[in-house]
Amino acid sequence: MLHGMDSAADVAARLGATGYLSDDELATVVFLAARMQRPLLLEGEPGTGKTALAEALAQSLEVPLVRLQCYEGIDASQALYDWDFPRQILHLRALEAGGEVDPDEAEKSLYDERFLLARPVLAALRQAPAVLLVDEVDRADDEFEAFLLEVLSTWQVTIPEFGTVTAPEPPLVVLTSNRTRELHDALKRRCLYHWIDHPGLEREVEIVRSRAPEVSDALARQVVEVVQQLRQRDDLLKPPGVAETLDWARALTYLGTADLDLASAAMTLGALLKYREDADRVRAALDRMLSR
Amino acid sequence: MTTTLHDADEVFLGFTRALRAAGVPVTQDRAHGFLAAVATVGADDRQATYWAGRATLCGSPDDLARHDQVFAAWFDPRDGLPRAQQREASRASTAHLLPEAEGTGGAGETEEEDVVRAMASEAEVLQHRDVATLDAAEKRRLAGMFLRLSLHPPVRRTARHRRWHRGELDASRTLRNSLRHLGEPGEIAWRRRGTRPRRVVLLVDVSGSMTPYADALLRLAHRLTRSARASGGTVETFTVGTRLTHVTRAFGTPDADRAIVAAGEVVPDWSGGTRLGETLRVFLDRWGQRGMARGAVVVVFSDGWERGDAGLLGEQMARLQRVAHRVVWVNPHRGKAGYEPLQGGVVAALPHCDDFLAGHSLATFADLTEVIARA
Repeated sequence: MLHGMDSAADVAARLGATGYLSDDELATVVFLAARMQRPLLLEGEPGTGKTALAEALAQSLEVPLVRLQCYEGIDASQALYDWDFPRQILHLRALEAGGEVDPDEAEKSLYDERFLLARPVLAALRQAPAVLLVDEVDRADDEFEAFLLEVLSTWQVTIPEFGTVTAPEPPLVVLTSNRTRELHDALKRRCLYHWIDHPGLEREVEIVRSRAPEVSDALARQVVEVVQQLRQRDDLLKPPGVAETLDWARALTYLGTADLDLASAAMTLGALLKYREDADRVRAALDRMLSR
Repeated sequence: MTTTLHDADEVFLGFTRALRAAGVPVTQDRAHGFLAAVATVGADDRQATYWAGRATLCGSPDDLARHDQVFAAWFDPRDGLPRAQQREASRASTAHLLPEAEGTGGAGETEEEDVVRAMASEAEVLQHRDVATLDAAEKRRLAGMFLRLSLHPPVRRTARHRRWHRGELDASRTLRNSLRHLGEPGEIAWRRRGTRPRRVVLLVDVSGSMTPYADALLRLAHRLTRSARASGGTVETFTVGTRLTHVTRAFGTPDADRAIVAAGEVVPDWSGGTRLGETLRVFLDRWGQRGMARGAVVVVFSDGWERGDAGLLGEQMARLQRVAHRVVWVNPHRGKAGYEPLQGGVVAALPHCDDFLAGHSLATFADLTEVIARA
């Protein structure tokens, strides 16, 4: 798992090779998470690249990314495993058709690995080394957090009919949270914590250049300058994140815009702003922002 | 305090202690995690030590800000640790909120024979008294009566199904039953949608004009938080005024007095001005719109004496109503004779509320819990 990740600089270089530009702090925290085998808890504004980090990590380590999307009411059977009932029945029928059946043998054959549906957490443990992304963990309930805590501290899962599955090598776990509720302290204590901020002007231009190479240098800079100004405003319901910057730059490129002007900006504003109120406010100010 | 004089680990452990003194909840295992992280990145790398501290010792953006201050003070000591003094000041400013915390309870003084009967009828009267007019002893007695409020969390339907004796067919469970009989058709299982407690969010105005009610309202919030937790639901509490403060964590203790002291330590704006519109916007931007207020029952406790822009307040209340399941406005003056909702803030906010309730006495609090339960 750690090959080629011997220092924070290695981590940064590997992430950079996949197009994900990290700063020194993020690289250090990822390095620590890998070395100390601790989950990494990422918080920050939506669109700052929390989920993208997990994707980039999996890509740079050349291991599978297993994603668990959390939602209200998620429980252990959706995160761990389930049995494939229809196939179990078919199997039984096949046994019967084949002749005499010993009930004990038949039952044993039903709880075989091939009828086990591995849900994300189990899949990550079995596929290790892997990157397990637990996305938007703040949306799940307290009980689910307690369950996660158990898996994340023992790296094993017990299936009553089957036995205990232990990861040969703990997966690298990335949890993301949008802070819709405060996570339990016990979970936070297990994790390394990192707050992802919006990038600065130069870094964001680099990000656009690296993630969307089809966008021209000049356009990338113009787009980022406008976005950075928008983030300074305090009257927007949802200031644009990096993901929106990328969307907007790509949208403009698809329309053949080489130089950001008022008409094309107004047309593509929907890629950047997702509230009517925000779009109205920005449209009014766009003229002044572009004329500078 | 310099690295040359002490054993390195001692310096780092001292830093975790200083951080704890500054209000970051640093536990033993976090401190160990920090030492392990420093050992991994190398203790001589100051910048990496700083990042290791942020990653292992902090758990929220507030913690990060405190960490940075203490880090700067601990590793370049120039002017001591200013945080300690600030903390004393905030404690002093909240002391008046406690109804004689040291006292043994108001009822202890009287030695008359019929004290029990007197208290019973007084309890009846206290139910309807305006909490702002109570003296310290009466407040203590009232505090005990909060336990008698009957509370039921509101519920919502879930996407998950529960087993039921009729309803729609539960195919997977039916298959499982059949499997138990080795594939022979078995009992047919039925299911229906389950229910879960709905989230409740309380926004308590702690500005100057609400000071006489703050203690009672926080007690109510604490009571709601504890009882919701017992039944698997969640209640989140914020104080509003000139700033927004999340105080749910302080309500972790079952003891109401200690919970209110703990809340007092984190709230920086007791008895300040009211800029409800602005703090409401901060709430919606930072928490509400992202999910905390989504589908929740949101209760705003305020008298609506808005010093900021009433238009902004109306706009934010409209936003709140679009996100929340139900918005309840509780105004302590509502229940008083001759009250008219004329203040700028109230006029702006009322069109966007589903309920407008009184909130000045225990009896009105009971009405409120009823409204929340039915939401």
